Amino acid sequence: MTAPRTASFINIGERTNVTGSAKFKKLVLDGNYEAALDVAREQVTNGAQVIDVNMDEAMLDSEAAMVRFLRLIGSEPDIARVPVMIDSSKWSVIEAGLKNVQGKPIVNSISLKEGEELFVAQAKKIRRYGAAVVVMAFDEKGQADTRARKLEICKRSYDVLVNKVGFPPEDIIFDPNIFAVATGIEEHNNYAVDFIEATRDIRRECPGAHISGGLSNVSFSFRGNNTVRAAMHSVFLYHAIPAGMDMGIVNAGELPVYDDIPAELRERVEDVILNRRDDATDRLLEVADKYKGGEKKKAADLSWRSLPVKERLAHALVHGIDEFIDTDVEEARLAAERPLHVIEGPLMDGMNVVGDLFGAGKMFLPQVVKSARVMKKAVAWLLPYIEAEKDGAKSEPAGRVLMATVKGDVHDIGKNIVGVVLQCNNFEVVDLGVMVPCARILEEAKAHNCNVIGLSGLITPSLDEMVYVAREMQRTGMKMPLLIGGATTSKVHTAVKIDPNYDGPVVHVLDASRAVGVAQSLLNPTNGPVYTAKTKADYAAMREAHAASQLTRSRLPFTQAQANALKLDWASYSAPQPLKPGVTVFDDYDLAELVARIDWKPFFQAWELHGNFPAILEDDKVGESARALWADAQAMLQRIVGEKWLRANAVVALWPANSIGDDIELYTDNTRKTVLDRLHMLRQQMARDPGRERANLSLADYIAPKSSGVADWIGGFACTAGIGLDERAKTFEAAHDDYSAILLKALGDRLAEAFAERLHERVRTELWGYAAGETLTNEQLIAEEYRGIRPAPGYPACPDHTEKSTLFRLLDATNIAGITLTESFAMLPTAAVSGWYFAHPDAKYFGVAKIERDQVADYAARKGMSLPEMERWLAPNLNYDPDAAERAAVTAA
Amino acid sequence: MTRAERLSRLRDIARQRILVIDGAMGTMIQRHNLQEEDYRGTRFADWAHDVKGNNDLLSVTQPKIIYDIHAQYLDAGADIIETNTFNSTSISLADYGMEKLAYELNFEGAKLARQAADVAEAADPTQPRYVAGALGPTNRTASISPVVTDPGFRNVDFDELRLAYKEQTAGLIDGGSDLLMVETIFDTLNAKAALFAIEEVLEEKGLDLPVLISGTITDRSGRTLSGQTTEAFWNSLRHVKPFSVGLNCALGADLMRPYIQELSRIADVFVSAYPNAGLPNEFGQYDEKPEHMASDLQGWAKDGLVNIVGGCCGSTPDHIRAIAQSVKGLPPREPANPERSMRLSGLEPFTMPAF
Repeated sequence: MTAPRTASFINIGERTNVTGSAKFKKLVLDGNYEAALDVAREQVTNGAQVIDVNMDEAMLDSEAAMVRFLRLIGSEPDIARVPVMIDSSKWSVIEAGLKNVQGKPIVNSISLKEGEELFVAQAKKIRRYGAAVVVMAFDEKGQADTRARKLEICKRSYDVLVNKVGFPPEDIIFDPNIFAVATGIEEHNNYAVDFIEATRDIRRECPGAHISGGLSNVSFSFRGNNTVRAAMHSVFLYHAIPAGMDMGIVNAGELPVYDDIPAELRERVEDVILNRRDDATDRLLEVADKYKGGEKKKAADLSWRSLPVKERLAHALVHGIDEFIDTDVEEARLAAERPLHVIEGPLMDGMNVVGDLFGAGKMFLPQVVKSARVMKKAVAWLLPYIEAEKDGAKSEPAGRVLMATVKGDVHDIGKNIVGVVLQCNNFEVVDLGVMVPCARILEEAKAHNCNVIGLSGLITPSLDEMVYVAREMQRTGMKMPLLIGGATTSKVHTAVKIDPNYDGPVVHVLDASRAVGVAQSLLNPTNGPVYTAKTKADYAAMREAHAASQLTRSRLPFTQAQANALKLDWASYSAPQPLKPGVTVFDDYDLAELVARIDWKPFFQAWELHGNFPAILEDDKVGESARALWADAQAMLQRIVGEKWLRANAVVALWPANSIGDDIELYTDNTRKTVLDRLHMLRQQMARDPGRERANLSLADYIAPKSSGVADWIGGFACTAGIGLDERAKTFEAAHDDYSAILLKALGDRLAEAFAERLHERVRTELWGYAAGETLTNEQLIAEEYRGIRPAPGYPACPDHTEKSTLFRLLDATNIAGITLTESFAMLPTAAVSGWYFAHPDAKYFGVAKIERDQVADYAARKGMSLPEMERWLAPNLNYDPDAAERAAVTAA
Repeated sequence: MTRAERLSRLRDIARQRILVIDGAMGTMIQRHNLQEEDYRGTRFADWAHDVKGNNDLLSVTQPKIIYDIHAQYLDAGADIIETNTFNSTSISLADYGMEKLAYELNFEGAKLARQAADVAEAADPTQPRYVAGALGPTNRTASISPVVTDPGFRNVDFDELRLAYKEQTAGLIDGGSDLLMVETIFDTLNAKAALFAIEEVLEEKGLDLPVLISGTITDRSGRTLSGQTTEAFWNSLRHVKPFSVGLNCALGADLMRPYIQELSRIADVFVSAYPNAGLPNEFGQYDEKPEHMASDLQGWAKDGLVNIVGGCCGSTPDHIRAIAQSVKGLPPREPANPERSMRLSGLEPFTMPAF
């Protein structure tokens, strides 16, 4: 795939263009419109967002061909889905086209070539037909070649269109002419630079307008050398897109990723495109032949196809190429005595190479997951043959691992990655999915004769569920190892809370890359017991250290912590009144708007690639892997947005509110007479060192007390970018493409976070409006350099997940935004974010940290819940062990 | 009140309150149980074709009936009444061999509606009454082949439609229409031809009359007959900068709501909605009660979704009266303020991502 550096670049397919595709031209000349339609259909299926239709051929009645083809497209819903670009140098053909599309198309093109009068007349008609327009940088004097002329003509065209014709600026696309460089004529050397710089100028001088261009011209002098041509196109776009080129007629399939161009070639091409040295053309010519090889890059790439089949399989696995896997596996199957031997032999050998490279840090997660995709497809091919043998003899895997996200939790990206990595290393994985109750985990583990159970969870209530699973394993007399993983899990928690409940091995697995090593160590017949004993000892030591540290961590009595609350100066505070109080619904929010606001760092973290963005793309160690992942992510984002794979919904509300102690009262309206609902907040209870007497914070401190008389407000929100995600991910999984499924989920999460950030911005500037003039860059937004916070129930400042049900009830989030809560208050779809809005300038994020029983008892009473139940929900925050007595009983039995 | 005076007040009124448009013409004509000779009148007694069912012809042969229906709707509280010209293009009238009468039917239809509106206006000058010249979809579609075996075939093309609509528009304007309403749009390409024609005629006459657009989502698929989604439909037509965009016909209020919600979210102009009185029962009659329909539309108004409401098939002056009552005093919707973006469409919308 191509690597547009920004998700906003629109690639216009040119395969239904008789001047761009010899194949299409022949089909149309032969009158074979049915096959010509297939070309269009394939383009749309492959992700074209707009299709270019051009019938400018001397041997054709272009007008009739344009009309016929557009009408036929109109009868094919899977093609007519996307807008068309009506492309002709003849006005009559354009106008005939405009009369045959019900959608809003783009006209390509008109210009000032034959004077302003004709230009105005044509533009007026285009507007009246309801189309956008491409304007060539061409005037009475000729085609613009220099930077200055390009700007001059485009600016003049823009002024005429906007001021005389009333054409909307956003519907104007300029084509400032891409000309051939490296022609041997010195005056041509700066043509690419002229285009790129002019693009910048036009963007500035003609606000709202877009820039497009036909890429193939730039490499015209290298006709016959497709490798060099494609490299030139790729390098050209690499520089033109950031300058403002947001549309182009490009054959995407033939465009190499910028970073994949051999360094030598890339440097020389770059010299030519950027006109960096006088001998640039000569130097490119010097090496051009070397890269010719007829079928461009493919030929070089395909040399591995001549290797023996065993090595081909290994190559395909290591490089994650699934293109030929069926043929190769079939060849291997025919040569093998039994189909099973293909898996046990060449495929496992190949996966071992992958495993070794991964273990040695030479391959990274995204690549490994791609390898697994190839492996899955290979196995899927063999499966019918293996089953046909019917002798039931299956190869012995390295081990069988049951994996599950525990009851109440729905997050599975990490679990799926671990599953894939284990499979790459010859482990069989029984994946029970998400929200799996304990009983089922134990049943299935026995039924499948599993050697290991792996539990995953992301939200804090899942920690408690894992403890319960461990106890049940103990109670039912199980012995198999238990692996613990997921974002909220930790080695300390595993050691202190889980391990003591189970006599079998318990191991916390920090990330996917360690999963294989841990599983192998545990199952090794000689070293296994040693490893287990060592881990047990390790955890016991950790428990002791933890118990010791507990003693030193003193807490204040709750009443004293309350007395030390943050006291803001309410008397001089004027609470901002919302511009739009009450509920605001955002239905089907524009995803394109969210793409630019993505915080990429956590995205790479999800793939265990650690580092700051964008520096990570140039990182010595993981840069290559990060770039490949980035390119795949960009390509998928384009499709997510362009084809509306996902739907983003949100509901936001602002309510009159005042605090009463550590609770916050919400009122039905600004008369503040009727209480709508009550929120309950927790307070920090840590003792402060002398001399550092900071307040013991509670979120309630940021809302004006009722007694202050200040008419304060609070907000709440819930948003998702994941409607439709599950179905799409399942399609990928069904096609054995876990890589795309995980990629999609990770992008869904990022879009949801970006959505939450964008909503908060709109709340600050529009709905609540207390920061109307705020202008911040995406970096500043990510760094939270603004007034107000949006803490989420279940997170450090308000760690009680059960408050989420109040939030959801107040927002009616399930009905309005389509987000549901599980029994553990995880949100479904998982790509969702919710929280409260606090607007006080002093409001900041903090952690409640550990609290004492006196506060928990008070809090439970305020909420009308029993103490044990409250303790269960707040387990990770308790500064005491509520079930110490109970555990003693268990050990005694 | 002159047309110019009336129009100068339109936008202010629309910003202050929800406007009410009238209900069904066909349903009201049916009540008269008219026969072939009633349709013919004296003037067309010897006409070579049967003309029963040519409701638009009644503006000439039974003007009293049509005038009374207009008067009843005005009395019920309609701010806008539609002319009895839904089928008055040379293309649709060809069914009755009456192509040549197109201009006349539009002119007379508009004149009749205006007369009724003038009487209502005279009775209460504080409430201007508007006549919307109605342009229907015709009986042919420019995007869909009527021949199953030849998907490239069309029985009408853009220019034929454009010329027919030009003639209709001229008649409607000359007869006294204040507004022009392209309605019951099944095929967006037909509507583009109608709107192209309207712009041409307005330019030729040096006039600037508000244009209302109303499409038809045919079923729960959420698409027009020609396959477009609501947003794609709006993207195809928004270049006209109409006074309003909305939906009518095919669906009752309950099923139409999601698509009105969608338009309300995206349209930077006023939004209109005049659904059917429910869905037809097994006898082909619409039986949704006025209170029921009014309460649905009131819900839309309360949710800030609409600026103009009324009824389509099956609705009667009783429905319109109930609707007018139910939205009285409720604030009109604020037009959306979408970001400026290139918004294209095929059957589905495509928005150029922000750079």
